[in-house]
Amino acid sequence: MNVSGHMLSTLDKKLLRDLWRIKGQALAVILVIAAGIALQVMSHGMMRSLEETMRAYYERYRFADIYAPVKRAPAHVVSEIQALDGVSDAIGRITGGGLIELPEAETPVSAKIVSFDPDTFSPINGIYLAEGRMIDPTRRNEILLLRPFAEAHGLSPGDEISITVYGARYRFKISGLALSPEFVYAIPPGAFVSDPASYAIVWASNEAIEAAFDLDGAFNEFLLATARGANSQALIDELDRLLAPYGAIGAFSRADQTSNRYLVEELAQLNTMGRVMTPIFLGVAVFLMNIVITRLVETERDQIGIMKAFGYANHEVGAHYLKFVIVIALAGAVVGWGGGLWLGKLIAGIYQTYFHFPFLVFVAEFGTFAIALAVSGAAAALGAIAAVRSAIALSPAVAMRPPAPPKFARGRGFSGRIFNSVDQLSRMIFRRLAHQPFRAALTTFGIGAAMSLSVMMRFNVNATDYMLDVSFNIVDRSDIFVSFIEPLSQEAVFELGHIEGVTLVEPVRSSPVLFLNKRITQLGAITALSEQPVLNRVVDENLLPVTIRGEGIVLSRQLADLLAAPVGEMIRVELRDGRRPVLDVPVVGVVEALVGTPAYMPIDALNRRLKEPLRISGAYLKADPLKRASVYRELKSFPEIAGVSLQREAYKNFEKVIDEGPGTFRYIMTVFSIVIAVGVVYNSARIGFIERSHDLASLRVMGFTKTEAGYVLLGEIIALVIFALPIGSVLGFLIWSYLAGALSTELYQIPVIYREDGLGYAAMIVLLAATAASAYIQRDINRLDLVSALKTKE
Amino acid sequence: MGELNGPGTARNGGQEQRPIFQTTGLTKTYGSGAAAVHALRGVELEIPEGELVVLLGPSGSGKSTLLNILGGIDRASGGEAYFKGNELTAMKERALTAYRRRHVGFVFQFYNLMPSLTAAENVELVAEIAPDPMQAFDALKLVELEARADHFPAELSGGEQQRVAIARAIAKKPTVLFCDEPTGALDSETGVTVLKALQTLNEELGATTLIITHAAATGAIADRVIHFADGRIREVVKNAVKASASDISW
Repeated sequence: MNVSGHMLSTLDKKLLRDLWRIKGQALAVILVIAAGIALQVMSHGMMRSLEETMRAYYERYRFADIYAPVKRAPAHVVSEIQALDGVSDAIGRITGGGLIELPEAETPVSAKIVSFDPDTFSPINGIYLAEGRMIDPTRRNEILLLRPFAEAHGLSPGDEISITVYGARYRFKISGLALSPEFVYAIPPGAFVSDPASYAIVWASNEAIEAAFDLDGAFNEFLLATARGANSQALIDELDRLLAPYGAIGAFSRADQTSNRYLVEELAQLNTMGRVMTPIFLGVAVFLMNIVITRLVETERDQIGIMKAFGYANHEVGAHYLKFVIVIALAGAVVGWGGGLWLGKLIAGIYQTYFHFPFLVFVAEFGTFAIALAVSGAAAALGAIAAVRSAIALSPAVAMRPPAPPKFARGRGFSGRIFNSVDQLSRMIFRRLAHQPFRAALTTFGIGAAMSLSVMMRFNVNATDYMLDVSFNIVDRSDIFVSFIEPLSQEAVFELGHIEGVTLVEPVRSSPVLFLNKRITQLGAITALSEQPVLNRVVDENLLPVTIRGEGIVLSRQLADLLAAPVGEMIRVELRDGRRPVLDVPVVGVVEALVGTPAYMPIDALNRRLKEPLRISGAYLKADPLKRASVYRELKSFPEIAGVSLQREAYKNFEKVIDEGPGTFRYIMTVFSIVIAVGVVYNSARIGFIERSHDLASLRVMGFTKTEAGYVLLGEIIALVIFALPIGSVLGFLIWSYLAGALSTELYQIPVIYREDGLGYAAMIVLLAATAASAYIQRDINRLDLVSALKTKE
Repeated sequence: MGELNGPGTARNGGQEQRPIFQTTGLTKTYGSGAAAVHALRGVELEIPEGELVVLLGPSGSGKSTLLNILGGIDRASGGEAYFKGNELTAMKERALTAYRRRHVGFVFQFYNLMPSLTAAENVELVAEIAPDPMQAFDALKLVELEARADHFPAELSGGEQQRVAIARAIAKKPTVLFCDEPTGALDSETGVTVLKALQTLNEELGATTLIITHAAATGAIADRVIHFADGRIREVVKNAVKASASDISW
């Protein structure tokens, strides 16, 4: 349509005015689309940003492709490794545990000490120097410290700290603060979540630490960069053979490196979230769009007739209504994209607390916007297609007659004796619902979808609570866990037991192993426990303690699945410490584990198999609450201790992390859930109001009060909300069951815990949202023009 | 407001009726300034209780506006209107709702039946909120529609729908019955049956009945005919003899 000199055609002006007239409904659709798009832009953008940052970081700082830890190998082995087929570069280094004494910490803080050669140009696992300067190889007392740890304790370059290694105390000067691709996610072994304050990474020169670890002229870990196209698995097998004489613990690829694994799984989780959530929002948007545009075309039948009578072609009329859709879709995409950017920045900020990159910028490329636009457009078009087609199909003559009134006829739903006691206003509600079951079903489903988001989030909370409860109250009931630098004799148990205030000591032995079953291999560890553990227990799916006895092995379900080894299967276990025996043991049990893929054996059986006297690698302690401070003090003086963790601290830390990360996400999802619920309820009620304002006005004229008139309309909505509650509950449970499965990894299992309070909470959210939307519509009812009832319909 | 039955609740017992409605200087203006439309320009009126009154006049002459104000669904811009001595023009919205609920029956031009309720249920709808209603079946019997009690509006003809609407309006035993163009959407023959029903009800139930119509012939069945023009009452004619609805046509 060309109107010379005017920017907007007459039809476009009509479009804008019509949009303004239905602004509330349009806004509801826009917001629901926007929520879906925002989530998509946030999760996809965050995923891409993390991926890109990770890729660039790994590449620039040459993150190792393969790790090969050993007990002790002479330095010249490096050249043998470098000569292997498929290796482009290899270095050796020393790594080990230490304890950092900090005046403000009640217990020593665990540290991982890593040797680093500052003179190597572009080394494997290079270091990003964030602050201060590189260590001077000529000065043996200089170290670099992981920046987040330093920041958590207010340490800066120039400060000095004491580190205890094998009982000997060393004084170091911090020359700089650093980050490394190896420690993007720095988490001590056995911990649930990363806590910057409780785990330190220390870099020092070989010379500075070789004596401390008794590794003069030797290394205990090799890092490899592989050549393009190299066969990693072949190389790993080759390394294991080559390094076996040096006490190889088992080489592994980057994919199994702890920090990288957490990062990769985080990416997978983001992907899953986006993939599952976005369609829910867009599905609801399709439905809302459908009811809004269908209604619009219905009310404009006469206008469509006039346009066509005046010679507008069908496609022009169709295009006019399609423009509605485009404007709404565009607005949804723009608002969603903006919201997504904002959310992305918020989430990126949270990520940076736990994932230590030199920089992490949330970047949503134009591509994400294009996708947002396409997705939004598709959802809107899908919702509107039927209505637009009906506008095209209307013949001018038919279009100018009002649509036939709703045809209620005898013998269809809600009549008979049972119905006799129901008042007439309620009958109107039931008959309406029965008359348009499809629309009622869609509305119910839309509200159900909104509720399912809240249900899912509550189940998520329940799962976390359950994990916390099981881990800290049922499985691990100790106060303190101490780990030793290397396995100690039974005597350590007595020594620990003699500390004033320690009331119970329970030994544990953890040994690195390679599990083999048929052709499947899996690196892992065996946790050897006393037969009837009290402080650290193994539980079955009913949370009942499992007795670990006999010569067999008990596997966690995840490990049993990985190895395809059910109870009764004979598996091979290659121990990677002591005399490195190879054992064939039967699987005697499968238990549930929330964290990791543990395997259990009785401690005396393991030691028997190892042909060693009773040796332990750590111990769980119970301490008198009043004497804890002195217990910690005593522990600090134990030379063999590699780490001390306080369960109380771990619990608090876990809670803190959950509050900040998933907590924020839950908050966002709750807001989105409200947006959908309000959007659906408002739209349904608003359209119901427009369609029936004549009936409602008639009721008012006949002497019905505002509340009674409101009851007829909102009672219908309330009924639909009530129908939606079970749907939302089931839907939420199903989505959560799927998500929990999809988000569970080898690192941790997310349980599906059904608890009614989760449903109650979600129902509350939906009811509140529905009440707010209904209250808004009640306002329209209160303002009804009664005189209009006397006039002709529509 | 409570009960609106002021002094003078006596049914029409032969002696001079005190007015059920009384207005003084009633005006109604829509809009303002140059765009102002004066729908009523000072209406002085008294309607005795129990009469059947027909309001005649061209479109826009103000008869609907007057009916709406007396029916408690619209507000006057000036002047006063009284129902049995109670000032309608001073009532709050809640009081007006109670007034309609208790005393007023409405018959609309387009019937305004609830499409999702059967004929009987449409009648019961109003009976449910009335203190002393008649049985829905009895109300339908009065309009000779008892056989169609279980039909939905979509299954009834226009004349039948309007008779259901009348049954609905009278089921509460209203003090006054307002009918805005009750025959406007009907053909002449059907219109007569509707008017007949209204006339019978006025005589049997004694409800003061106000009928707006375009059809001048309808005036013959009234006790009193009020002619409207240009927002004012032009003339009030009292019929010494009322014609039967079945004798008129238009």
